[in-house]
Amino acid sequence: MSHPIKAQEFLSDPAKAKWHDETLWFVRDKRDAITKTIPEWEQLRDLASQIKDNVLANLDSYLIEFEQKAKANNIHVHWAADAEEHNQIVLGILRQHDCNAIVKSKSILTEECHLNPFLEKNGVEVVDTDLGERIVQFLNQPPSHIVLPAIHLKKGEISEIFHEKLQTEKGNEDPTYLTQAARIHLREKFLSAKVAITGVNFGVAETGEFVVCTNEGNADMGVHLANVHIACMGIEKIIPRRQDLSVFLRVLARSATGQPVTNYSSHFRSPAPGKEVHIILVDNGRTDQLAREKFKNSLKCIRCGACMNTCPIYRRSGGYSYSSVVPGPIGSILSPGLDIKKYSSLPFASTLCGSCSDVCPVKINIHEQLYEWRQEITAAQGANAKSISMKIANGIFSTPFAYKFSGEMLRGALKILPEAITYSGLNTWGKQRDLPEVPKESFKDWYKKNRK
Amino acid sequence: MNSREQILGKIKHVAKADSPLPDIPDFEFAGKIKERFVKSMQGNKGEVIDMAGLEVFLKSNGFSKIISLAKGLEQLSTRTLPDNPHELADLEVAIIQGQFGVAENGAIWLTDADLGLRALPFITEHLVILVSEDSVVSNMHEAYKRIGEQHSGFGLFIAGPSKTADIEQSLVIGAHGAKSLRVVLV
Repeated sequence: MSHPIKAQEFLSDPAKAKWHDETLWFVRDKRDAITKTIPEWEQLRDLASQIKDNVLANLDSYLIEFEQKAKANNIHVHWAADAEEHNQIVLGILRQHDCNAIVKSKSILTEECHLNPFLEKNGVEVVDTDLGERIVQFLNQPPSHIVLPAIHLKKGEISEIFHEKLQTEKGNEDPTYLTQAARIHLREKFLSAKVAITGVNFGVAETGEFVVCTNEGNADMGVHLANVHIACMGIEKIIPRRQDLSVFLRVLARSATGQPVTNYSSHFRSPAPGKEVHIILVDNGRTDQLAREKFKNSLKCIRCGACMNTCPIYRRSGGYSYSSVVPGPIGSILSPGLDIKKYSSLPFASTLCGSCSDVCPVKINIHEQLYEWRQEITAAQGANAKSISMKIANGIFSTPFAYKFSGEMLRGALKILPEAITYSGLNTWGKQRDLPEVPKESFKDWYKKNRK
Repeated sequence: MNSREQILGKIKHVAKADSPLPDIPDFEFAGKIKERFVKSMQGNKGEVIDMAGLEVFLKSNGFSKIISLAKGLEQLSTRTLPDNPHELADLEVAIIQGQFGVAENGAIWLTDADLGLRALPFITEHLVILVSEDSVVSNMHEAYKRIGEQHSGFGLFIAGPSKTADIEQSLVIGAHGAKSLRVVLV
């Protein structure tokens, strides 16, 4: 379904839409405030951008180096060309360990691969352990934001689903009470899981280690209690050196939530005694995007979500209006690369104001890429209603007689046309706008009369 | 052709302009390092206390399930570190030694050598970390310089108690990990 239609659904509850808009702007404000305390902030963005440029220029050699180092550290390294292969690898590891219940911490990659429904179909219980993700999992919904998965929900809705699933008191909406209930519920899951799955924020080629950042500590609770840790990593998450982490950890949390750093930044290098660590390196369209010169920069993204919090369209249309795993401005330049037809409306869900590019910690030219995708999509679509009407207008404006005649005709027609036609569903322009009052005569006629 | 060869082959075939890896400069740090560390930790909802404060905390709460691995404070333990981390499920307090703190964000660096079991600082209800005042570095660049080529199976920055704001952006302390963090500056 196209973005405007889904956005309309979101806007059908104006009070909630206003809350969503203001709450995300509050997060954007926190980001601004904390970046102002770092005099070298812009220099850090430059460094982060340059490091990622270097990664994209040498991705194959860094991946080989990472694999070699990780193997030397007793980590099992797997390669997956697409989502299907990724899911099969995960299932294979679970079968090997006779495991039918897992805990999983936030991983946008596993959402992208639709791992949960795949595993559930194969008889594996999947428990998402990030509080926001657990909430949306209870509701059978995907996350609506990559950092704040349940930002589209009000506490009353969360209280209701917790009452149903966790038997909390009916009507108790206190966030502390609800969080405590989730803590008790998930602790039991952590203590009984044999396998834990996490995403990866950064993989370091130099050392073969990988870093996972959380505030709740759910990734670590899962991993350190389980026998097997499976880490799922997009191939673009590689960085060259350990010291590069200093740049990325300084910009990630500040850009995401306005915190100086996430509570837990865990560096996994080799398994604890008697345990197993697997890492799956996933392509799933990333090498195709790398080959698109105009769009390859989108692979620099570190998934902070700052572009969503600042976007006037995202804030007022909600994550679900994008119908893609990664919503918002960055999702609108990543998703058309996966399926240009399905996601054709997304690059148009933007005012091209450029705020996304201004806050991006790795300096992706998001709004320019949105513009570029519009060109690609328009070329791929061929003629549509708007391009036809533009061609007609071109003919009218270039022929004086046609201009005079059609002007007279429209002045007459607009007076007698019923509003139902002017503001019909076919005319999207009329949805939020009023036509100006029609003048009695054209400027040319008025001039003739008054300046004789 | 397997997926590894396929992925690496596709990357190889993309024409790429060389893009040099930048040097990361030493950024100057304005302000007093210790004061800034305390302020950062408090901002992250951690408490900064002294030895006397630790004594009061342990006594006034009457904790009976304590594991202390911090140098010189081993006698505070009421039980020994188990082999299986699941046996830590009812642990009330863990006291560990941090390697160094970071002033700009309150983060404290720990590795396998400090943790005993990797689950310890997460599964415990309350966490206490000892940090030497002299160990605090200015920012993350200095932090990674200090870590250098240190080789540990697991390394970790902890910057506060476990927290979440997933319900209407209301901050709640104590999500899945430790419900409180106290830093003893010595």
